[in-house]
Amino acid sequence: MDDQQRQEYWRKNLRLLAVLLSIWALVSFGAGIIFVEPLNKIEIGGFPLGFWFSQQGSIITFVALIAYYVWRMDKLDDEYGVDELDSASANTTGHPGPAGGGH
Amino acid sequence: MSDIQLWTLIFAIITFSVYIYIAYASRVSDTAGFYIAGGGIPAPANGAAIAADWMSAASFISLAGIVGLSYNGYAGGVFLMGWTGGYVLLALLLAPYLRKFGKYTLPDFVGDRYSETARLVAVLAAIVVSFVYVAGQMAGVGLVFTRFLNVNTTTGVIIGMTIVFFYAVLGGMKGITWTQVAQYSVLIIAYLIPAVAVSAKVTGIPLPQIGFGRILEELNGLQADFGLAEYSGAFTQISMPNMILITAALMFGTAGLPHVIVRFYTAKSVRAARYSALWAIFFIAILYTTAPSVAAFTKLQIIKDLTATSLADVPGWFNTWSDVGLITTSGGGPVSDLGTSTFSYSDVMINNDIIVLASPEIGGLPAPIVGLVAAGALAAALSTASGLLLVISSSVANDVYYKRINPAATEAKQLLVGRCAMAAAIVVAGYLGINPPGFVAQVVALAFGLAAASFFPILVLGIFWKKATAAGAAAGMITGLTVTMAYMIWTIDIYGNSDGLWNIPETGFGTIGMLINFAVTIVVSQFTKKPSPQMQELVEEIRYPGRTQLVAAHQDGEV
Repeated sequence: MDDQQRQEYWRKNLRLLAVLLSIWALVSFGAGIIFVEPLNKIEIGGFPLGFWFSQQGSIITFVALIAYYVWRMDKLDDEYGVDELDSASANTTGHPGPAGGGH
Repeated sequence: MSDIQLWTLIFAIITFSVYIYIAYASRVSDTAGFYIAGGGIPAPANGAAIAADWMSAASFISLAGIVGLSYNGYAGGVFLMGWTGGYVLLALLLAPYLRKFGKYTLPDFVGDRYSETARLVAVLAAIVVSFVYVAGQMAGVGLVFTRFLNVNTTTGVIIGMTIVFFYAVLGGMKGITWTQVAQYSVLIIAYLIPAVAVSAKVTGIPLPQIGFGRILEELNGLQADFGLAEYSGAFTQISMPNMILITAALMFGTAGLPHVIVRFYTAKSVRAARYSALWAIFFIAILYTTAPSVAAFTKLQIIKDLTATSLADVPGWFNTWSDVGLITTSGGGPVSDLGTSTFSYSDVMINNDIIVLASPEIGGLPAPIVGLVAAGALAAALSTASGLLLVISSSVANDVYYKRINPAATEAKQLLVGRCAMAAAIVVAGYLGINPPGFVAQVVALAFGLAAASFFPILVLGIFWKKATAAGAAAGMITGLTVTMAYMIWTIDIYGNSDGLWNIPETGFGTIGMLINFAVTIVVSQFTKKPSPQMQELVEEIRYPGRTQLVAAHQDGEV
């Protein structure tokens, strides 16, 4: 990776973080707390919606957010050729500590 | 011996033997194995280990009760969202970069990125946070032994200590990790079986997360009959600003807990670190979405069982748990004070811990399942305790002894110091478990505030801002930690018992402490010596997975 590619990779990473963290805040602090009262007027499957977000919905969204992040970063790593081979990462340096994670 | 005691004993013996066998099979002989399991744990196993490490006695035993009873439903959301939302921060902001940096402990990162002073502050903070937290686990072990096997707390804690001693001292992180994988399996099965059975029985839907919706209206109605606020009603217990502060303190605290962060060093690679975070949140979400359902189902059943009843007519679970003092009159006296009068749910006080421990009995499930739940509670407490003890031991042996006192120490010597530190920590933790400093869940909740106020800001800034300086980080950490601790001591019931400022609860103050830490670190960094160009380049490199020159040289100790 040259400097320009590095910058691009990092910018894309930061943009992804910004989007995912906005959703993270929206479902928990937003739907679960700040907007809970208006949302509670909507009922789904017996749950007032705001209550559902604070007890279940936000947790399910968190799992989905991390899953998307992992998938997207894998693709980004491949695109920029910084993917790692797990099997090759065991102690390539001969140092007792953790390996650099590279190949 | 009753049926329940017999089954508890059987499950305890079986699971303890499995843990000891695993520990023996994965014993280690070098420091990398002892501290980070040689950095070679596959992602799903690492995820399960993180989940077990993470889900403590408080999650397993108390969470559903806290949500259902003492926080009356909606307000319990602070724990549900707070203790899961932190994983998004961990996965996105910390795990991949810390893994790339690749050292042994959290203070290692702080020391290498900032300075030796910062390392020492981090060691101190890591030890304080971990001891606060581990005391709660040992008390949890004691609780299970007392309730289910009728042995006294001290004996219970000593049995727990011996088991942890065996596998943690022998196997270090490797033994702990593989044991935790087994412990996760035990605790999740123990949690799900009664939840699924009760949901299927009451609503005909075996998925408690869905069945929960079917009983909500009935529960709200019953609560209204007793003059209680609606179960799903917002802000009946905690105001909106405090909901936000407490949730945030738990989230940012989760992302700053040393025993969780160190887990990402055990992953094979940056990619594996990301996947570990995904598996961890998945495994945690299974329990955390079930807990509020268990809370609602059990509360509904409790209210129904205790409607216009009298001591002569109460169901068996009532007697079991009032005998050990977990059910009292609303005034706190023994239930025998009720005499022959007719009473209902609102006339008695039911301890939070009962919701999970007694849910199989309340739901009318057979004795083996009650025993399984007890084994699950032990698994949850032991797995968290061992993870915390490792943090304490590695902080002492690696960050203090090896890095500060005797850098020439051989591998064998370091390992010996690590094992001795672990043994000492177990004894202290056991003492704290027998003489716990206050209410378990309350104490654990405080550890999050401290972690949020001390570690989270300087970790994020250390990774994302190349110009964050050593002086800035040390100042930020010290201010954040001191202010938060002072506020807690000032307001907590057993010490100062003050209302504090603007009614901010001590559990939510960590968020304020964190903001102070951010501000101090950023401001001080403007006026102090910038990190060396080489350090700035190193911070740049941890952004990209794969082998990079400087990071590799750094890990070899050449930089």
